[in-house]
This record gives sequence, C-alpha cells and structure tokens, in this order.
Amino acid sequence: MEVFRINNIKKTFGDNEVLKNISVAVEPGDVVSVIGPSGSGKSTLLRCATLLETMDEGELIYNGNKIAYMENGKTVYAPPGELRKARSNFGLVFQNFNLFPHFSVMRNLCDAPVSVQKREKSEVVAEARALLKKMGLEDKEDAYPYQLSGGQQQRVSIARALIMNPSILFFDEPTSALDPELTGDILKVIRDMAAEHMTMVIVTHEIEFAKNVSDRIIFMADGVIVEEGPAVDLVNNPKNERTKSFLGKFQR
Amino acid sequence: MTLELILQQLLAGLGTSLKIFGLTLLFSLPLGLLVSFGRMSKITPLRGLMKVYISILRGTPLMLQLFVVYFGPYYIFGKQITPSYRLTAVIIGFVLNYAAYFAEIFRSGIESMPQGQYEAAEVLGYTKRQTFFKIIFPQVIKRILPPITNETITLVKDTSLAFSIAVAEMFTVAKALAAAQRSMVPFAAAGIFYYVFNFVVAFAMERIEKRLSYYK
Repeated sequence: MEVFRINNIKKTFGDNEVLKNISVAVEPGDVVSVIGPSGSGKSTLLRCATLLETMDEGELIYNGNKIAYMENGKTVYAPPGELRKARSNFGLVFQNFNLFPHFSVMRNLCDAPVSVQKREKSEVVAEARALLKKMGLEDKEDAYPYQLSGGQQQRVSIARALIMNPSILFFDEPTSALDPELTGDILKVIRDMAAEHMTMVIVTHEIEFAKNVSDRIIFMADGVIVEEGPAVDLVNNPKNERTKSFLGKFQR
Repeated sequence: MTLELILQQLLAGLGTSLKIFGLTLLFSLPLGLLVSFGRMSKITPLRGLMKVYISILRGTPLMLQLFVVYFGPYYIFGKQITPSYRLTAVIIGFVLNYAAYFAEIFRSGIESMPQGQYEAAEVLGYTKRQTFFKIIFPQVIKRILPPITNETITLVKDTSLAFSIAVAEMFTVAKALAAAQRSMVPFAAAGIFYYVFNFVVAFAMERIEKRLSYYK
C-alpha cells in the first residue's frame, strides 16, 4: 500500500497559482527527491503534505487513510482530532531545524513521544540514546541547541522526527542553512536512513546527492511537475528542455 | 517622637505598600495574559474591546482610575462606600491598570516567537494548549523579563498613589509624620525604604533572568 499520496493538488496565494494540479505517490521504502528552481512550489507542496498549509483543491492520503478529500470542487479536511492522529504518519525536518531552544537535546527528543504519544518514558529515553549514538551525538544529550553546530542541530532534529516512528519522513532543504563543509554529515545520515529503507521525500538543491540517494526524482517548475523518473536517468539524460537548462546550471 | 517611632510607623505603612504591590502582581499578571489573548484574538469584537480597554487604562492617570473605582459605586449607583472599601478599591484600580501594561508586554513577547516553533510543535502532534504552555510560554517569559522588571519597579513607586484615596500606605504615613513633626526625616526615611524595596525587586528579577540564561 502507498504510504503517501497527494492527488490533484491546487494551491493559490492571492493571484499567485503556486501549485497547478500536481499528484505524487510514494511507496514504502521509496526515496523521492524533489528538485527545481526557487518559487517552483516544491516547498509549498511539502507544507501541504505535512498539513502546515491547506490545499485549495486536492486529496491527501496517508497509509490508505484519506484525511483530505474533494467536496463541491474544494478540499475538505478531516476533523482536528483525526488530523492530529494523522500527523503520526509523517515527520518533517525543517531547513532551519526549529529545535526547542529551552529543551536539552534529550528533552527535544523525548518530550513529544511522552506527552503526545503517551509512551513510557524509560523506553523513549533508551530509544533516544540509541538514536543519538547513531547520529554521533551520544555525548550531547544534556547540551542545549545553542551549544551545537548547525550540522549537529540538524541531526538532532532528524532524530526528533525519527523517534516518533513515522512511516514517511519529509525533508525541507535540510542542508540549505548549513555551511558547505557541514552538509556532508547530514547527507550521510540521510544516506544511512535510505540504506535502512526509510521512506523519504527530500526537497533539495543538492543534485548530486539527490541522484545518489534517491530512487526517483521529481523536477518541478512553475507549480507543475515538469519531469519525473528514476534518479540517475533524470539527472544524466533529462528529456525536457526546462529540466536540461536547470540541471545545466549545476554541471559546471 | 523618636526616630525609632517614626521608623515603626513607616514600616507599618510599608506593610500596606507591600500588600498592594503583592496583590497587584498576583492578579494583574494572569489578567494581563488573558487581555493579551483577547487583544490577539481572531474574534474582531473581542480584539476591539481589548484594544479600547488597553488604550483607556494606559491613556488616563492611574490616580484618576483609583478615584473612579473608589467613588464610582457612590456617584453612579448611590451605594454607601465604607472606609474598608479603600484598600479593595486600590487593589482593583492597580490590577486593572497594570494588566493593561502587562497585556502589551505579553503580546510583544508572544508575537516575537518564530513561526517555526509553532510549526515544529504542530508537526510533532502537540495540541494547541500543549504548544503554548510547553513550547511558547516558557520562551516568552525569558524574552519579556526585562520589561516586566521595569513595570514591577514602577509599581513599587506607584503604590504611593494609594495616598490619593487615603489608604495608609508608606507614603501617606510619611506625609502625616512630616507634617506633624515639621521634619524632612520621614520623607528621607520613606525614600530609603522605597529604594531598598526596589533594590530587592531588581536583585530578585536579575536572579530569575540568570536562572533562565541556560539557553539562548
């Protein structure tokens, strides 16, 4: 069964039509990268998928559960309680981390599982320690976010998303706020997760990385999907002129 | 009259000043938070009402407001007012006035919070209530401590306005003593007491700020 599906989404801000009838489906274990110039609508797509933005038209389905559907030509969302439950299906890693600055690293990881998912604290703490170890942050559990580098903060925020056990993880330009020498750490973490068959959708500007880590790449421009296909094919042999010119700017 | 006696009477007045100070903080801070919610509400009439409330309470003298609260029941409703109502009137007046100032401080703090904090909490499934009390409000407190300290120090000195409706707080006592003794000593002593009071307030607030400096 598909983990995630968004059907015929349309989204307008004022007069600006940001998303023009796009559909995306993701199977378990899929790693999908979304690339495209800024203003192409890829971030809005991600924000609609994660319920941070509402769609004007379109449907949203997680693990077979339809949480937004069409009625009289408009999107209708499930009631708030149901939406909150639906949120446990996905995690989101933000461009600028959005860690909680007043919580230690450990509390950043454990607070939501305990107070939202009502899990046993000792079990959550043990899982948090294991995750931090995996991220190379085992000595940072008592640190506060401001004491960490950008790369470390982003790894904490990935761990914070993972500990909720989502069935799909979204990344919104996870390396864009980082120094170039720190992006490698994050990309490695994502690559490791891909090797463990985590289902992921990654909005990124790192074309080489997208080619290496993803099964599929979606190229977006002006609110539409211009081209979509196996990662290596799309990067090495783009068919559409728009894709060619976009990728051309990176291959110099 | 010895200095000791003067000090004794002033200290009794200080007790009343402390009572006004303490009760005002106790009630005006929560009320201010509620007013700030109303001020930021999506419900237009409520938002407008709170705007008017803040505008009037900040735009007119506190002394006038004390008169209105104290004499209002008599002039408006013809109700006999008793001397014991004086302190109550002072507390009501102060709480209403300070809540307006605190409301704007809370609003500035809440509105300065980055959107990303709300979004991160939302994606993690926190309820609105959890998001506010666990994520937003603790950070707001840290941000608004300096202006809160300012208001608190002003409040210490404003307690002397209770003099205007003859509540026997420290300033009222000092004025009576000075007149009876034909001496500046009671005023000087009262001045020192106010200063020490504020010194303690500032020190306490600094300690709280330090305790919250474990994160940035």
